[in-house]
Amino acid sequence: MAQQDISKHRFTDGKLNLRRFHQARWDEPVIFELSCEGQRGILVPEVEQGIQDEVGDVLATLPDAMRRKEPPRLPELAQPQVLRHYVRMSQENLGADLNVEIGQGTCTMKYSPKINEQLAGTPRMADLHPLQDEETVQGVLEIMYRFEQILKEISGMDRFTLQPGAGSAAIYANASIIRAYHESRGEAGQRDEIITTIFSHPSNAACAQTAGFKVITLYPDEDGYPDIDALKAAVSERTAALLITNPEDTGIFNPRIDEFVRVVHEAGGLCSYDQANANGILGITRAREAGFDLCHFNLHKTFSSPHGCGGPGCGASGVTEELARFLPVPTVEFDGEKYYLDYDRPDSVGKLRPFYGYVPVVLRAYAWVMSLGAEGLREVADISVLNNNYLLNKMVQIPGCSAPYAPGKHRIEQVRYSWEELAAETGVHSEELGVRAADFGIHYWTSHHPYVVPEPVTLEPTETPSKEDLDEYVTVMAHVAEEARTDPELVKTAPHNSTVHTVDHAPLDDPSQWAMTWRAYLKRIGK
Amino acid sequence: MEARKKLGLIVNPVAGLGGRVGLKGSNGAEIQKRALELGAVPQSLNRAILALERIEPADDLKIVTYPGEMGADVARSCGFEPTITGSIEPGKTTAEDTRNAAAEMLRLGVDLLLFAGGDGTARDVYNAVGDELPVLGIPAGVKIHSAVYATNPLSAGDLAGLILQDKVSAFREAEVMDIDEDGVRQGIVSAKLYGYLKVPFRRRFLQGLKAPSKPGEQAAAAAIAADVVSNMEVGWLYVIGPGTTTRAITTRLELDKTLIGVDVVAEGDLVAVDVNESRLLELLKGRRAKIVVTPIGGQGYIFGRGNQQISPQVIARVGRENVVVVSTVGKIHSLGGRPLLVDTGDREVDEMLGGHIRVVTGYNEQIVYRVAC
Amino acid sequence: MTKERAIVYPYIPNSVLAVKQQMLQEVGAEQIEDFFEDVPEKLRLKRRMNLPEPFLSEYALKRHVEGILAKNKTAGEYLSFLGAGCWQHHVPAVCDEINGRGEFLTAYAGEPYDDHGRFQALFEYTSMMGELLNMDVVNVPTYDGFQATATSLRMACRLTGRRELLIAGTISGDLLSKIRDYCKPGFAIKQVGYDPATGQMDLDALKAAISEGTAAVYFENPSYLGFVETRGDEIAGIAHDHGAVCVVGADPISLGVLTPPADYGADIVCGDIQPLGMHMQFGGGQAGYIATHDKEEYVMEYPSRLFGIAPTRVPGEYGFGDVAYERTSFAEREEGKEWVGTAAALWGITAGVYLALMGPQGMREIGEGIMTRVRYAMLELDKIAGVKVPVFHAPHFKEFVVNFDGAGKTIAEINEALLAREIFGGKDLTQEFPALGNSALYCVTEVHTKEDMDRLVSALKEVV
Repeated sequence: MAQQDISKHRFTDGKLNLRRFHQARWDEPVIFELSCEGQRGILVPEVEQGIQDEVGDVLATLPDAMRRKEPPRLPELAQPQVLRHYVRMSQENLGADLNVEIGQGTCTMKYSPKINEQLAGTPRMADLHPLQDEETVQGVLEIMYRFEQILKEISGMDRFTLQPGAGSAAIYANASIIRAYHESRGEAGQRDEIITTIFSHPSNAACAQTAGFKVITLYPDEDGYPDIDALKAAVSERTAALLITNPEDTGIFNPRIDEFVRVVHEAGGLCSYDQANANGILGITRAREAGFDLCHFNLHKTFSSPHGCGGPGCGASGVTEELARFLPVPTVEFDGEKYYLDYDRPDSVGKLRPFYGYVPVVLRAYAWVMSLGAEGLREVADISVLNNNYLLNKMVQIPGCSAPYAPGKHRIEQVRYSWEELAAETGVHSEELGVRAADFGIHYWTSHHPYVVPEPVTLEPTETPSKEDLDEYVTVMAHVAEEARTDPELVKTAPHNSTVHTVDHAPLDDPSQWAMTWRAYLKRIGK
Repeated sequence: MEARKKLGLIVNPVAGLGGRVGLKGSNGAEIQKRALELGAVPQSLNRAILALERIEPADDLKIVTYPGEMGADVARSCGFEPTITGSIEPGKTTAEDTRNAAAEMLRLGVDLLLFAGGDGTARDVYNAVGDELPVLGIPAGVKIHSAVYATNPLSAGDLAGLILQDKVSAFREAEVMDIDEDGVRQGIVSAKLYGYLKVPFRRRFLQGLKAPSKPGEQAAAAAIAADVVSNMEVGWLYVIGPGTTTRAITTRLELDKTLIGVDVVAEGDLVAVDVNESRLLELLKGRRAKIVVTPIGGQGYIFGRGNQQISPQVIARVGRENVVVVSTVGKIHSLGGRPLLVDTGDREVDEMLGGHIRVVTGYNEQIVYRVAC
Repeated sequence: MTKERAIVYPYIPNSVLAVKQQMLQEVGAEQIEDFFEDVPEKLRLKRRMNLPEPFLSEYALKRHVEGILAKNKTAGEYLSFLGAGCWQHHVPAVCDEINGRGEFLTAYAGEPYDDHGRFQALFEYTSMMGELLNMDVVNVPTYDGFQATATSLRMACRLTGRRELLIAGTISGDLLSKIRDYCKPGFAIKQVGYDPATGQMDLDALKAAISEGTAAVYFENPSYLGFVETRGDEIAGIAHDHGAVCVVGADPISLGVLTPPADYGADIVCGDIQPLGMHMQFGGGQAGYIATHDKEEYVMEYPSRLFGIAPTRVPGEYGFGDVAYERTSFAEREEGKEWVGTAAALWGITAGVYLALMGPQGMREIGEGIMTRVRYAMLELDKIAGVKVPVFHAPHFKEFVVNFDGAGKTIAEINEALLAREIFGGKDLTQEFPALGNSALYCVTEVHTKEDMDRLVSALKEVV
């Protein structure tokens, strides 16, 4: 009997079938439920007899009130059980290592090279204390210094700090520097307004507010571009700065960005460039030439460091020479022979965090740049933009999907689409489509709230998916959109193949029902 | 057996009649007759069916409605066995029928009153129930100025379904606008703020949460009020226009604002209530003043719909730089990118207001938005 | 600038020329340059970026980076007694295994149904911290302990509507700097004096400084300087008497043996979880926690994400999600609610693994063991002529101040001499705390053996 060609079953009418994806579902209890009294996951080093003999009962040195009476009710598990529990939970996620991770627009979910993980994990990075004598950490200081030089060239700015914990922290750092600048000129009280746009990242507004500024948000013109007339209406002698993302979260580059900067400069304000969306413009256009005074990059976005379920990342803030005196301390300097940490900055805004930042993330970013070089970075920009426009071309061919704004124009590295037509036709909302997409192992992010673009979805392929990956994503989108027409119930009751089903949010918003820890939950259900 | 949930349904069979054949609105028997002659098809029935189809018939859900074309037909065609109350003259239903139906449903204590119609229908419902009952409109008329309607019939049905499953507990006040339809036919649009209906408000799915969302409408209005009040200066008059957001300002000052009128506040006290243009001009003599307005109705008018007491003369006297526009971000986004609108009746004043304007959207938060005239 | 590049990059699949061309064709574009139509000529970088030549092969890259890293010496290669905000604790192998898994490493912001593992792992982390802290609400981690502290203080200000902050006099200069920057403008920051003999907060000074304008009183337990604050309940009492919030910074690894601050009146507890399974990473292992009781007005003030447990539409299935996402501040809404962004979630998951491995017994043993070793070190060091230990007569947890006034050498000189003997001496406090004279902050943890400490003692005997 001849062997069958089993591969042909993967195709229907010449087209590759969608995956019969099913996410791992372990029905894994909460770890407390796995506890077994007496079990130990690890034993701690014992204190030597010689020490015990000399010290005696050290807890007796504590006043009674400071001695913990009741042991913390942590779960008790043996080591294999702990490992297994966490490995199972790790399987219940869709990370960039697993799925075509283009659905988390604005996050730049590119491939995080494994060699960089290896390098970041070596003891000569991982086992360094930040206060070690500088002669013993010349290597890591050199990495930080070199990376700063790289960022200077990519952006055109004069100095960088790598201290901020991530993008929003970097925006805050910039807001703090802006505040210090105006204070130094005696204008802090007068200049209390920061301007941003609705399609910039919301942290521009939030961080400015945290730093004590009033925020004025500009809405775009009819074509979705930042509106220069709105800006002119917003600037005044109260303007401290413009904080703007470019390209914006719609993927549209503001062709008048330098004019925006000029308008604000003329009003006496500074301009800070949120470069979270730098991936599509590396080597093509820079903060310096547009006239910016400050900028920031997200090293866990453009520079490939992995997202880690939500950090750690790193936000690198860059400034012109004029503002360098306000940078947080310390900075990394090189005197021709050795690298050192410099705290001599009397006008510094001070410390934003303990020590110097998430240095392993800087290491990964450095390694990533060094694997590509100037040509490679340019290729990153080119291909991420090609991938995005390729995707755009296919997405808008799906009936019911559109890409609002910038009519007839291309986009840079991401697009905010709208399912408004499909929703009006079928009553199925964008969020619901996203839930159903998860049944095919695909992520999906709509937009920041509150929505400006109705029924949004924001996709950002970056340069690391293949053409096949992009095609797969579009195929899923088209399929799900079609299901919205032919089988809306299936879409509305999704997910069917995820780890769990959709959560009932009502208890999470009700103070009498919510529970943010297991102990709180047990109290709620009367245990 | 008492049904767990009661849904009131009123269909205004003549709503939306005139629009398609170029007649504005459908009030008045004359217009209705003319529209039918021109081949107009009642839109409201179809729209109501689209909405009701989104709701599953269930044993514990009772539909309460009026006979025939005022609701029973629609209910049955969607698979429901409605409880029918009241009586009508088929083919000759009137505004009074709508009011009676609404009043009856209030009496019966329905959980939600779903109605299909236009501005006129909203007004009639309001006259009967005020803000005592949650209501939701299925859009079926021509251009609707009242903000009590869902964006389309499908979402009206979906939202109604969620309410009946107790999945919606938030409500907002939505303006009911009184449009003079005869005037509209003569090319003059004149709208008055009539009142507020209580409309359910569904928060969007909590999807895609990478950053906290803005506070809900009520909290946002309170934040706006905090901002405006904190900037109030001694020696200045504040002309407060009608609207839910402006009411938050007087609430914060612990004053009683008139529902639909223009009030004047100074140094934390009410100086005058429900003023007309001439009273305003009187009060403004020799005084520095600011006008505080918010977009009224669903079309985004900041002047000219519901606050005509703040006349072009008043605006010119106060000056553009002293016009304070307040709005929640949610309301701005519901404009779908369309500009705010002004229609004071005076071309010059309209043009003075046009361009870009600052809008207070929270505490220490503003936006700059386009204004068109 | 679209010359056809010959290099195909491993991380850029579509850099293959044929694929590029096919894609361009499908889009209907001539060249990639077409896509940049909105970037005006005058803003273009007209030259190649001046960056170092790349290492295209993985081997060459590895060799290059390792060559630079080879210039470092790890804390383990030396004998380190450094602490001061970053501490050397043993990192269990399972911790590294879990946070190295690509599924956790590369996940980000998926939904509760398709990133269920991440939600559950973080919920379990907050739950275990809740047990350690005896509190019902713990946040998803923020950047580090400094941020946690600064945010806790601003939360207190929002809660009370007040602007004055009273801070213990023994916090680190760096933390004070962070607080000063973050709590600006309009906040009044005052430090409260301490008893030079014991390090304990001067309660009379506190009573004199506190008023109806005080939003919060903040102290650390154990202190930055290592001693245990023994009258936390009195400090909390004074704070509460004036309607102020009591905020306490606590090292989580101490809570197996020390009373959790909630038990003596703390309203908000915060700190850094680096000791719970994170390598030091030159300061890259930091992550911050904030904890409170489950009171609505407190919950509403968190800027962080808070994960709660909830049913799904399938009975018996656990689901997780964001609690109270539209947080309505109970303050007069005078301030924005700070911000939320990528912070340190992976460290939170790691800390959960750590606590699960340790269990209640492990946490007690490690705490007791650390304190025992510290006591030994203090006793032995005090025997050295010219060395005075402890400076503060109070119980200590894992750090202690050593005074070298009698040594005739500066700390810098002493540490240099120690360095020659491959020992990292304690942090030099002379600039930060001039009142303590010639002093250094030494840290001893469970990684130090008797031999290690004896070696320090003999080295110091030689040096001073």
